[in-house]
Amino acid sequence: MSEQTAVSVEGLKKSYGKVEAVKDVSFTVAPGEVFGFLGPNGAGKTTTISMLCTLTTPSGGSARVAGRDVVRERDEVRRNIGLVFQDPTLDTNLTAVQNLRFHAELYGVPKAKIAPRIQQVLEMVALWDRKDSKVITFSGGMKRRLEIARGLLHSPRVLFLDEPTIGLDPQTRAAIWGYIHELRRAENITIFMTTHYMDEAEYCDRIAIIDHGSIVVIDSPEALKASVGRDRVRISTGDNDGAVVALRDRFGLEASVSEGEVTFAVEGGEEFVPRLFAELGLPIKSVSVSRPSLDDVFMSYTGTSIRDAEAGAAQVNSWIRHVRR
Amino acid sequence: MVMEVAEVRTPGIGVAHNLRAVKVVVHREALRFLDDRSRMISTLIQPVLWLFVLGTGFGTLVQGAIPGIDYRTFIYPGMISMTVMTTAMFSAGSIVWDREYGFLREMLVAPVSRGAIVTGKCLGGAMVATLQGVVVLALAGLVGVPYDPVLMVSLLLMMFLTAFTVTAFGVLVAAKMKGITAFFAIVQMVMMPMLFLSGAMFPLANLPAWLHILTTINPLTYAVDPLRQSVFSHLDLPAEVSAVLNPGVQWAGWQVPVALELGLVAVTGLILLMAAVARFRKGD
Repeated sequence: MSEQTAVSVEGLKKSYGKVEAVKDVSFTVAPGEVFGFLGPNGAGKTTTISMLCTLTTPSGGSARVAGRDVVRERDEVRRNIGLVFQDPTLDTNLTAVQNLRFHAELYGVPKAKIAPRIQQVLEMVALWDRKDSKVITFSGGMKRRLEIARGLLHSPRVLFLDEPTIGLDPQTRAAIWGYIHELRRAENITIFMTTHYMDEAEYCDRIAIIDHGSIVVIDSPEALKASVGRDRVRISTGDNDGAVVALRDRFGLEASVSEGEVTFAVEGGEEFVPRLFAELGLPIKSVSVSRPSLDDVFMSYTGTSIRDAEAGAAQVNSWIRHVRR
Repeated sequence: MVMEVAEVRTPGIGVAHNLRAVKVVVHREALRFLDDRSRMISTLIQPVLWLFVLGTGFGTLVQGAIPGIDYRTFIYPGMISMTVMTTAMFSAGSIVWDREYGFLREMLVAPVSRGAIVTGKCLGGAMVATLQGVVVLALAGLVGVPYDPVLMVSLLLMMFLTAFTVTAFGVLVAAKMKGITAFFAIVQMVMMPMLFLSGAMFPLANLPAWLHILTTINPLTYAVDPLRQSVFSHLDLPAEVSAVLNPGVQWAGWQVPVALELGLVAVTGLILLMAAVARFRKGD
């Protein structure tokens, strides 16, 4: 079966009573892509992902995952996707292998393939030596790794990861990203993930920024950063105030002094540095150029920082939960 | 790292796949039961207390009233059903626990029908409860019930049927429950009167009319009576004692045959199962 797209979404909507959690969302994800949904809590990420995973019925629009319609071909979609939720869904009274075996049977993995496949996924997440330990003895990071292993057990075409690294220490987060990249290389799997960590979004091939239930922009992290345009340059000089004046007079740049350094934004920062040295007329002690971060991108598209957006969304979110009951 | 094993491809979804799902859900119930010793012991303490403490105490009280039989022998079939019911309810309650701890989601997002999951849960609960009942069966000799192979096998089959119906009822109740305490509150409220009205503790003969009506509309009555009839058919008792202690169930004077009683339990179980599946289908 050939697929043009791993995920295609057309005018997808979901409302809970009068609350529109997702408003008219459309996008496509190519096979083998790592696609990220970036947005504050309450932006509609989890609602969208649960519609794609057939857990929530859309109020409008349509979505196809692995070439199947999420409403009409629910079981076919389910067979072709792997899911790792925010909240754990393991049976902690069973061992790691027992959990995986249960999953393999439910997903109809051929009997002869179960044992080798379990070994393979457990080795990948470095839990093979703990295969016969009860999950209740696992740390949070180990549980998440086991969930990822389980999500992969039936060789899904699309792996959905809802905030896969939330609440984990940086080391485990890095390890989980290691698995995700390895997976893509080894099984050409499509990965659809949500995150509200800016630094994680950088690992994606493309990012959709979602805010208030709508997609604001979709592009690669690089292109998004480029669209914000100007790089950030920080210099330190013997005379910072003089440098600010000189930057305004000679280059027409607005600079400011903070923490003993002069900072300003300029297009093509790296190309600008030689000119800066030649024409500033002041000795420069150090210089650094940084590309705009996704924080800057988020800010420029939504007019708010992701943290402020989350504070506002918390209220809406608790309301949605209330309506759902 | 090298990936040696090619990715797996899963076959289509059909009857065979759903049967496999039923089997694995049953298997999990068994694993969990065998793992949980404390639960096994706690559900056993109850009937043992009834049988040997209360049974002995009450026995001395009613000794003169029922000649030729130990009160403990009389309540033995009742205690079997009580053990089976309690264990079955615990199994059904684990659905609420599964929801609280997230595992229910793992089952509900799988590409299998909800019917397979719920059926697996009911069969698993029935199997576990029957296993627990085996321990009570082992006590038969202590209360004067013979270890007759035919009796033992028929008791086992009846236990399984009862356990299945009770689990189906429990699963139906648990379908939308969010907390385990709420579940057990409801279970207590329903199970106690059902048990009292089932003939597990006293014979259903010569009751006041209102009590007689309540006992005949109680589905559990039809699960307890066949157990008692089987046990009594293997005891050597004078006819008049049997008539008092093992009167069977009567509808307006008509003696309900055991086969019909068991049929009623089975039909009730199937209706409850279908209702439970329907509730899970409605989505979470």
